[in-house]
Amino acid sequence: MNHSGHVEYTATGMPNRKLAIWLFLASECMFFGALIATYLIYQGQSLVGPYPEDLFDIPLTTVSTFILLMSSLAMVLAVAAAQKEDLKQTRLWLAVTALMGLTFLGFQAYEYNHFIHAGLTLSVNLFGSTFYVMTGFHGAHVAIGVIWLSSLFAHTFRPVDPKRRALDIEIAGLYWHFVDIVWIVIFTVVYLLGVGG
Amino acid sequence: MATVQESFPTQRAAILPRPKSTTGFWSWVTTVDHKRIGIMYAVTAIFFFLVGGIEALIIRLQLFSPDMNVVSADVFNQLFTMHGTTMVFLAVMPLSAAFFNYLLPLMLGARDVAFPRLNAFSYWLFLFGGIFINTGWFVNAAPAVGWFGYANLTSPAYTPGLATDFWNIGLQILGIGTLVSAFNFIVTIINMRAPGMTLMKMPVFAWTTLVTSFLIIFAFPSVTVGMILLTFDRLFNANFFEVAANADVVLWQHLFWIFGHPEVYILILPAMGIVSEVLPTFARKPLFGYSVMVFSTILIGFLGFAVWSHHMFTVGMGPVVNSIFSLATMAIAIPTGVKIFNWISTLWGGSIRFKAPLLFALGFVWMFMIGGLSGVMHSSAPSNAQQQDTYFVVAHFHYVLIGGAIFALFAGLYYWFPKVTGRLMNEKIGVVNFVLMFIGFNVTFFPMHFLGLMGMPRRIYTYDPALGLQFWNQVSTIGSFILAAGVAVYLYNLAVSLKKGELAGEDPWDARTLEWMLPNPPPVYNFARIPVVSARDEFWARKYEGAPAKEVAAGSEDEEDGIHLPGNSYFPIIMAGMITLFGYGLLYSGALAVAAIILTILSAMGWAFEGVGGTIIYPKGDAE
Repeated sequence: MNHSGHVEYTATGMPNRKLAIWLFLASECMFFGALIATYLIYQGQSLVGPYPEDLFDIPLTTVSTFILLMSSLAMVLAVAAAQKEDLKQTRLWLAVTALMGLTFLGFQAYEYNHFIHAGLTLSVNLFGSTFYVMTGFHGAHVAIGVIWLSSLFAHTFRPVDPKRRALDIEIAGLYWHFVDIVWIVIFTVVYLLGVGG
Repeated sequence: MATVQESFPTQRAAILPRPKSTTGFWSWVTTVDHKRIGIMYAVTAIFFFLVGGIEALIIRLQLFSPDMNVVSADVFNQLFTMHGTTMVFLAVMPLSAAFFNYLLPLMLGARDVAFPRLNAFSYWLFLFGGIFINTGWFVNAAPAVGWFGYANLTSPAYTPGLATDFWNIGLQILGIGTLVSAFNFIVTIINMRAPGMTLMKMPVFAWTTLVTSFLIIFAFPSVTVGMILLTFDRLFNANFFEVAANADVVLWQHLFWIFGHPEVYILILPAMGIVSEVLPTFARKPLFGYSVMVFSTILIGFLGFAVWSHHMFTVGMGPVVNSIFSLATMAIAIPTGVKIFNWISTLWGGSIRFKAPLLFALGFVWMFMIGGLSGVMHSSAPSNAQQQDTYFVVAHFHYVLIGGAIFALFAGLYYWFPKVTGRLMNEKIGVVNFVLMFIGFNVTFFPMHFLGLMGMPRRIYTYDPALGLQFWNQVSTIGSFILAAGVAVYLYNLAVSLKKGELAGEDPWDARTLEWMLPNPPPVYNFARIPVVSARDEFWARKYEGAPAKEVAAGSEDEEDGIHLPGNSYFPIIMAGMITLFGYGLLYSGALAVAAIILTILSAMGWAFEGVGGTIIYPKGDAE
């Protein structure tokens, strides 16, 4: 009798936790939607500089964006390994994903540092307020994802039912991909279109 | 129904052990049982309902005649702000949540909600958030910006001090709890229905809960973002609503009402669900037009997101935008009107028993209709310009929220009281309760239509004698005390019936849905064996239409080993407490805020690695 291992009965066949994370992500769409909309409403409305075109370094942010995108690939490999119950590969790809997330956060810290030295603070103008709050909340989501992935990594050293572990990792993966997709939108709308237009 | 229990082995030593007691104070603090959590929601919500009611009575006293000095203008602002905030977020919503909690698993044939610990977490966030918002009263900093908190009244320049922060951060704490419970209920409804209960066989109350929860998960993020922006403005000098930095204060109105209008349906849909359960039971007929009722509910949910700007007709959005939102608003009257006709048709030709729950439900149908009709009047932008910010609007939304939501919630309180306690509410006192509330409500709020048309603005602490507003204001104040007497009679009835109420036995109302197949009150595990559903009104069909009384083991392969009940846990209250501590830290001490974040993360990990816990219970004496 192994209660921790048995798969619960559900009316749809989808595990409760997986359904819950999908609902959470649906709600998060509205959350980031409101943040990005606020940024766009205030775009070009700042009375004093610095302005986006003074600061954005597209090649640099392209690199950090690429790293975050590739971390989704690592995440997929971690989920696949967990589903094949391959513990070694699971550990490897969980670690790679978390490290890539950390690297992205490092780029963000560098960018913030650079911007602050160039005079862009939270209080200086509307661009500063909207930029830091929007990207800051995205960064906080990445940071939570890194903590989550690290916990799952540590958890691989405990005896857990493999099916349950695969589900745990799959759910974290859904969250991770979502956070990536939000960044694609922010990168496109804020960085690429923001400077080019 | 004797039971045998054995404790369930935990997987490993956790940070905190699973609490063991099943009775007494700590068993309630650590409970994860949806029935107990439902009771806690109800008791807390009724407490806050009384607080909000007392605030309203002071408001009415101040307006009894011109130039009264019961309270100062400042305190008056605090009173209407906290009255609105309390009634919406701390009374009506959590009272609806009390019904969701207690009833949904029973109606769906489930053992509990999908995530019992998260359910407890939601309750504690509600309690702590309520305390947080009300902290202002005790440190001489009660919020005074209205429940809508329009920018830039909320700027540090116009409301310095902590008052607006208590409101702003307190609502964010409440918002987390509400969102979490919405995820929980959607998963419960979609995933945990008894075998055979297709979506179109669910009780309408489950449908309205489902749609309400979807409204919550899509509407709350918008106001959350608004409040986060305001937090950054107030605490970290950002510019989101600072006009000097070229900010647009109307942004707040959009973020607020994109949430605020769906919120209206978040308040009223559960009430509609309750009425849709009460009317068929006391008319002894199935609900008329079940499918239409369901689709109207869904349609109201969709349209609810397309009408927010009708709260902003006088902002100056232009005729095209105003026309679009006018039309969308009028369109909502159609599914709502369909529901009214469905309820009336449910009664038509039924063998009606006029018990207290039915009286309140009938009061709902009639009063809600009046509120709905004045709502259609507001939907026309030109006439809205006349009514904006007058007492006509106050009359309108109290007809929907008291005549609508509160009457329906009282119907539910009377109807399901025997389910929760095993005793019936006193019927005679119940009738007195209804009559007083019905008369008091109409005497209070109907005159406000006249006051509004005479031009009395909302949110003013007094008025000039020459305006001729005194008579109807006095009528209204007298009415408010009759209404309060009605509520007092309810509390008296509650006390009397809890102690000496007639024993309900099984199925006291000759009801129709699954929850009444259980003993009153239900055992901790709800259903010993899960019923297999073949009809919409399953219990009725089994009693009178020869539907098969089939049941199955709980869908788990190890039923022979008994029913696994989830273990109690300290972590829901701890984590909710840490989040609340973070709120206080933001206002009082950065170090406390940082410590609270770390403790929140630690308690989340403690929660995640707590282990299974719980007990296995063997119900005895059930029919094999």
